[in-house]
Amino acid sequence: MSQLQYLAPSTIDDAVLALAASGARALSGGTDLLVQLRAGRMAPGAIVDLKRIEGISGIRQEGGAFIIGAATSGAVIGEHAALCRAWPGVVEAVNLIGSTQVQGRATMAGNLCNASPAADSVPALIAARAVCIIAGPGGRREAPVEDIVTAPGRTSLAQGEFIVAFRLPPRPARSSDAYLRLIPRTEMDIAVAGAGVSLTLDAEGRVSEAYVALGAVAPTALLVADAGAALVGGRLDEDSLSRLDAAARAACRPISDKRGTIEYRTKIAGVLARRAAQAAYQRASDQA
Amino acid sequence: MSDVLDKPAGSPALKIVGSRPIRPDGADKVTGRAAFGADFNMPGQLVGRVLRSPHAHARIVSIDTRKARALPGVKAVITGADFPDVASEMHDGGESASNLRDLAMNVMARTKALYNGHAVAAVAAVSAAVAEAALALIEVTYEVLPHVIDVEAAMAPDAPVLHPHMFTEGLDAKPTTPSNIAKRNRLGRGDPDQAFAEADVVFEGRYTTQAVHQGYIEPHACVASWAEDGQCEVWSSSQGQFMVRTYCAKVLGLETSSIRVTPAEIGGGFGGKTTVYLEPLALALSRQSGHPVKMVMTRDEVFRATGPTSGAVILVKFGARSDGTIIAADVELKCQAGAFAGSPVGAASMTALACYDIANFSITGWDVVTNSPKVAAYRAPGAPIAAFGVESALDDLAHKLEMDPIALREKNAVRDGVKAAYGPKFTNIGFLETLAAIRDSDHYSAPLGRNQGRGVAAGFWFNVGGESTAAVHVGEDGSVAVVTGSPDIGGSRASMAMMAAETLEIPLDRVRPRIADTASIGFSMLTGGSRTTFATGMAVVQAAEKVVADLKRRAALIWEVAEDQVDWAGGAAHCLDPGKDVGPLTLGDIAAKAATTGGPITAQVSLNAQGAGPGFGVHVCDVEVDPETGHVTVLRYTAAQDVGKAIHPAYVEGQVQGGVAQGVGWALNEEYIFDGEGRMENAGFLDYRVPVASDLPMIDAILVEVANPRHPFGAKGVGEVPIVPPLAAVANAVRGAIGVRMTDLPLSPPKIRAVLDARDG
Repeated sequence: MSQLQYLAPSTIDDAVLALAASGARALSGGTDLLVQLRAGRMAPGAIVDLKRIEGISGIRQEGGAFIIGAATSGAVIGEHAALCRAWPGVVEAVNLIGSTQVQGRATMAGNLCNASPAADSVPALIAARAVCIIAGPGGRREAPVEDIVTAPGRTSLAQGEFIVAFRLPPRPARSSDAYLRLIPRTEMDIAVAGAGVSLTLDAEGRVSEAYVALGAVAPTALLVADAGAALVGGRLDEDSLSRLDAAARAACRPISDKRGTIEYRTKIAGVLARRAAQAAYQRASDQA
Repeated sequence: MSDVLDKPAGSPALKIVGSRPIRPDGADKVTGRAAFGADFNMPGQLVGRVLRSPHAHARIVSIDTRKARALPGVKAVITGADFPDVASEMHDGGESASNLRDLAMNVMARTKALYNGHAVAAVAAVSAAVAEAALALIEVTYEVLPHVIDVEAAMAPDAPVLHPHMFTEGLDAKPTTPSNIAKRNRLGRGDPDQAFAEADVVFEGRYTTQAVHQGYIEPHACVASWAEDGQCEVWSSSQGQFMVRTYCAKVLGLETSSIRVTPAEIGGGFGGKTTVYLEPLALALSRQSGHPVKMVMTRDEVFRATGPTSGAVILVKFGARSDGTIIAADVELKCQAGAFAGSPVGAASMTALACYDIANFSITGWDVVTNSPKVAAYRAPGAPIAAFGVESALDDLAHKLEMDPIALREKNAVRDGVKAAYGPKFTNIGFLETLAAIRDSDHYSAPLGRNQGRGVAAGFWFNVGGESTAAVHVGEDGSVAVVTGSPDIGGSRASMAMMAAETLEIPLDRVRPRIADTASIGFSMLTGGSRTTFATGMAVVQAAEKVVADLKRRAALIWEVAEDQVDWAGGAAHCLDPGKDVGPLTLGDIAAKAATTGGPITAQVSLNAQGAGPGFGVHVCDVEVDPETGHVTVLRYTAAQDVGKAIHPAYVEGQVQGGVAQGVGWALNEEYIFDGEGRMENAGFLDYRVPVASDLPMIDAILVEVANPRHPFGAKGVGEVPIVPPLAAVANAVRGAIGVRMTDLPLSPPKIRAVLDARDG
């Protein structure tokens, strides 16, 4: 029978070394990894717990940007007042993951690297133009969130690489974001479709910049440029919302499975994109 | 009974029955101290694991266990060959009957695996890891056969046949070829054809439901020990320790006296723990290994291998006069039984029209085997399925007649003296009172907003009595133990203690309810059929009355007066003889002198309780439908139910709320989803969607009390009725919200959005 090694390095260098070994898997909150382990869906040789690395948990501001440590739990993120003000969409997306108990453990890095197409925090992070700070055998590098997941269950991280932190860019005035998902229940469920929208308004209340990302409608979360473009220059009038809806639907490449059909997921992606855009617009307007 | 009737005139009303004390098992449950099935351990115990069929239907060509046996740490490996052949024989467990041969073959497959998850072998090993490794080393050669799961597909003449020996029972002539249709049952009255021809309005509908699981949180778990002298011990979580004993004895060819079963605390059953899966395997593994064996199912195993209830097709046709009088009804029910005969179609047929007094009707039920787990009882088995069809059709009939849905039901409601559709004459029923409770509720007349709808539905369940034993033991300090053989799945410990305390006229905290093993109390049927508070409660009250009579006798002895000169009141004996200047003797006083008055004070009563009062429920549900997503939100829910007399009203309300919650799940999201190979795709609580707390509003319960004169305090069964109306109540509310009748459960968002798209063209 195979033996499972548990390692808990306290430095980034030791963690890189441990993760470079073949069969090693990174453990953050463990809310996906431990479940998959118990279900027999994976059999790693070693689990490398990253939570003991100094500075890997916590939120700090750096020149208007937020740096969120990779092992910061959803509960901590949800209680950070400044982050909630600046990025309510990212925070609401993170806080949708699992139950209250799961929120005490679950992390954005884990949600991203689990590489599920339906991960809730990922469309919100992509719409927010969040960047991953990655450590690895070749030193540090940065990559936008949308570059991490390459296919269901697969990431672009090389052996030995792991995410150290996320950076959310400085926020201009009159900016906000929102994330919505559709689940058959009201909580404790997996998105049938999800939509994150981040936007900035000009002084006249017109959208000057907008990003739209969709989840659970393709093998990976999608940044839909056409959908963002549909909003720019307008005040979310019916015309721009229908173009947003159409662009979102056009981008969908979902599958039919036990959680939803191609037709339904596609329709819902448009509905959620519109509603998320309206929520983000309202939030941005309320700042003025 | 005479002791109760002998109370002085003007005796106070009930002091304890009808109040809301904290349950005796509450502290252990909220602190985590309660010991459930998986909490029991024995020195030297092994871990048992089951190898299950990956196929929905396959012939087992061979099983080679040699490699598994050779693995260090493996102590036993069993297959179907390790079990005796069991003759076909029906056994009535209280909630539903089981064929013992089928039960044995469900516990461990013999020549065929009949569903994905069917046990084909089991191992016991020194650790879970070794046991898992051993399972992987068992080589089973299957010949995969075509499978069938859909009920109507299974009835088709060209369907793959599960059991070559199965010839449909209940047909006019015995068929010449085997099929998957185990049985046809029929009920009828009058001349429906003639009556339909005379009807002013006819409405007809076809309704479908999917298999749903009971969804108890605690997976099946047990520890079993087979000693060298052939004496067996089982500790397990079930709805009946005597049921476990009987089934283990039958499957393994043992005498019941060689098996002692100790019931663990139970983490939900809802009917699903009225049969055995693991216990006979654990015993067989223990026999082979010489060690106690512990087995605990995973959630995946619970879904794949333990009883859901049937998916079904329901055809309903009503004929009515223009004043709303229903003069004709035709109901046809087709129910999945799973791998072995025994769907709840019989109860579905008997309950289908039980709420209504209809002169001409015909009901036909089909029991159909399918390549899915053998169904087990689930809370009012069959009744919610039938009510979904009947109450949906009634709602549409009310629309067609332009009648208020409650008025239509009142017009046709059964009342005392009416002969029920299933046979007996109703007495002391409270259906009209329950309809009135909803009609007159604030809820029923509250305004509705946009995209919102309101639905009403009724439901019926027989409730049963049956065999129970209870013992009342008075300790030397005057405290009292009430011992029963009925596992507490719904607060029955509280009601037993309350009825005993009321009868003995002592404070509730002096009474401790206990649930005994099969060697420590007389036989009791399992907890099911909403029978426990009625039947076991009756035994408790009668045992307490015997104790009171004994206490009076002893007081008379102490006072040297005639027994009729002693009254029992307020938990003490009072001397009525004016010639004696003595104060009262409390229970404690008499208990302290028990040795001098005849020894220990104790009484046991075994009975077969008759006269359980049938239960009726009427529910009203408000929903809002999101027109863009098809998502249904249940906004408000009120359930009225005739409960006879609520012994503990808060726990009765809890039963009502729990039944509604499960019914709403059945209506909106729960379903077994199978892939093309017949493998369940959603064998976990993530994708098998029971409602979470935030999915439901506060469920208001209105307790209607039309007393059952056959019970000492008037109680009727309460636990099953509340799951009967919700499926149709929700569907009727959705119809109100979107103007379209949905006939196929669950009413999941994609289905509703598709209907809305079609509606809006």
